[in-house]
Amino acid sequence: MTITPPREPFRSVTSAVVPMLRNDVDTDQIIPARFLKTINRAGLAEQLFCDWRYLADGSPNPDFVLNRPEMAGRAILVAGDNFGCGSSREHAPWALMAWGIRAVVSSSFADIFRVNSLKNGLLPVAVPPEELMRIGSILEAEPDVELTVDLEASEVRLPDGSAIGFDIDAFARRMILDGTDELGYLLAHQPQLEAYDASHPPRVSTLA
Amino acid sequence: MSRQPSFDSGSAGSLIGLAYSGAEMHSLDESARVEPPMSDPNPNSPRPRTIVEKIWDDHVVAPGTDGAPDVLGIDLHLVHEVTSPQAFDGLRDRGLKVRRPGQTLATVDHSIPTTDRSLPFADEIAFAQVSRLEQNCAEFGIPLHGMGSPHQGIVHVIGPELGLTQPGMTIVCGDSHTATHGAFGALAIGIGTTEVEHVLATQTLLQRRPKSFEVRVDGALHPGVTAKDIILYLLSRIGVGGGTGHVFEYGGSAIRALGMEGRMTVCNMSIEGGARAGLVAPDETTFEYVAGRTHAPAGADWDVALDRWRRLPSDEGARHDRSIAFDAGDLVPMVTYGTNPGMGFPITERIPDPERLTDATQRDSLRAALRYMDLNPGDAILGKPIDVVFIGSCTNSRISDLREAARMLRGRHVADGVRVMVVPGSTEVKRQAEEEGLDSVFRDAGAEWREAGCSMCIAMNGDQLSPGQYSVSTSNRNFEGRQGKGGRTFLASPLTAVASAVTGRLSDPRALL
Repeated sequence: MTITPPREPFRSVTSAVVPMLRNDVDTDQIIPARFLKTINRAGLAEQLFCDWRYLADGSPNPDFVLNRPEMAGRAILVAGDNFGCGSSREHAPWALMAWGIRAVVSSSFADIFRVNSLKNGLLPVAVPPEELMRIGSILEAEPDVELTVDLEASEVRLPDGSAIGFDIDAFARRMILDGTDELGYLLAHQPQLEAYDASHPPRVSTLA
Repeated sequence: MSRQPSFDSGSAGSLIGLAYSGAEMHSLDESARVEPPMSDPNPNSPRPRTIVEKIWDDHVVAPGTDGAPDVLGIDLHLVHEVTSPQAFDGLRDRGLKVRRPGQTLATVDHSIPTTDRSLPFADEIAFAQVSRLEQNCAEFGIPLHGMGSPHQGIVHVIGPELGLTQPGMTIVCGDSHTATHGAFGALAIGIGTTEVEHVLATQTLLQRRPKSFEVRVDGALHPGVTAKDIILYLLSRIGVGGGTGHVFEYGGSAIRALGMEGRMTVCNMSIEGGARAGLVAPDETTFEYVAGRTHAPAGADWDVALDRWRRLPSDEGARHDRSIAFDAGDLVPMVTYGTNPGMGFPITERIPDPERLTDATQRDSLRAALRYMDLNPGDAILGKPIDVVFIGSCTNSRISDLREAARMLRGRHVADGVRVMVVPGSTEVKRQAEEEGLDSVFRDAGAEWREAGCSMCIAMNGDQLSPGQYSVSTSNRNFEGRQGKGGRTFLASPLTAVASAVTGRLSDPRALL
């Protein structure tokens, strides 16, 4: 018998926003490869966007958004198109979450980043490009405005009372709302696994 | 002033522990009795399927119902030191075993030094990571080709080399370049660490059926133009997000004409176009490459396998969701100028001008890229002075890459002030290259001949650029800082890399043929 580690169920988050409206932010920027030598998940918050966040002498880059004092504690990142492209490193969503981000709003996400995020309860919220632009204009006018990302309703609520619906993987949504994880679901397929094994002899044996 | 975010967790956790127990299983059992959705009214004309659909249908452990993805069986799981430690911890936390150690293989490639293997690790953190993989493999019974093994190498080089990569298989690895194995007509998917844990525990993966993106390349490549130029050209056309949600199926006479190693180069960079996988239907070239390798089927098993493999190619009339076609004869050597692999162009072009772009975000991206690369709109890229040349990575480190590079380098010398690193993809590639005397060609020309690993492709192991340096690299990513903080990367073929090494400037290899 296995125990599924419980996770906090998650329904919505209301927060001011970290704006990063740049396209194709890759996971090498989210967390540079030299930090992937870790064997656990410690210290990732400090390494998030490290090469954009710190200057060559190690001091904080005053021009980088995360270094603005008012960003501390914000839980929603609003990013440009194709966020999280490149490497499959799950350290990227781990680092974002360690810093405090719970939802990333963009017009699209790279596949592996999206899947990795969902498996950790970080919400990749894909809205139509024109809606992302609208959010961008609102943030430009009122940088400290709060958004609500509501997973249960699958919508982003803006301060003017309007809402933008978003599609999110239905299965992952249920998992995050319930606070369960997917390994428990897979392990519950024991009979199907055995039936599959019986009809699918291994193609190779690495032990041979 | 910042306000703390508020979280709504709802009426906490009434569903925890209940979800996906008996009730869920019941609904899956019911669905198993339902007729297949794709049944054709005429049983004599089954619906034409793509190779991906065929592989998929053959590996469904449990079909997704009620909004869930399919549970897909995995034939081969490749493991390395960087993306696995937290997954093994997850197994330990739950008291789980590795379900199929015999369909799992580990090696070390990302964080290991490519200098003399008899010396101790200079990097204690990297050493701890490699040691942890050794401990995990011993504890969970997984075979490991570690430091000192004659089969150690980049995970995407050793799979095919050992004959473990075979047509029709599902292959996963905690590495985005897993698509490399698609060259054999396998569905090979890069996964994250949570998924690594899922596969270790169950030998399955929760997956949704991808869309299909046909990439058809007909015609013939001109001398000096290679597989790398095909994929860099594709990326320049569709961009880094162009294939998101899709699997590329590469075909056409130019793809057929490539050897297996060229096909691996093409499939390798599928992820740079956003596609989690890319593949080439198997043919005689594939079968010839696989035959006789350590883990290839033999005797009667070979005939059975061959019969199965010959039925894999997409059926006539199979439907692709998107497609693109171009002629290999129109291609010239490609190079990237920006900070993602989609920012590439023919090496004869001039740096594009951001001010000509109408889309504001694209304009900002190009501006930022050119600022990072310190390149000016309108300038030629040919002749740009360079500091380092890197020949290696899972994209271009196989024996045919090294042979091509050595052929061009023989009798020539690396330009003064340029550092050239040649890093074979595996210990076996290194052995073979040395047997053929290629190492002497590289050394005599002034290049470094190193041990096998990922090296300066990902720059985790100390092999890296200094801030501001320019490299011509046969690897797969030119992201900011990818080859070292502040380093600037021009992605290109091994031939372009050698031509540039010899001249000390970005150079067209066709001039040196």
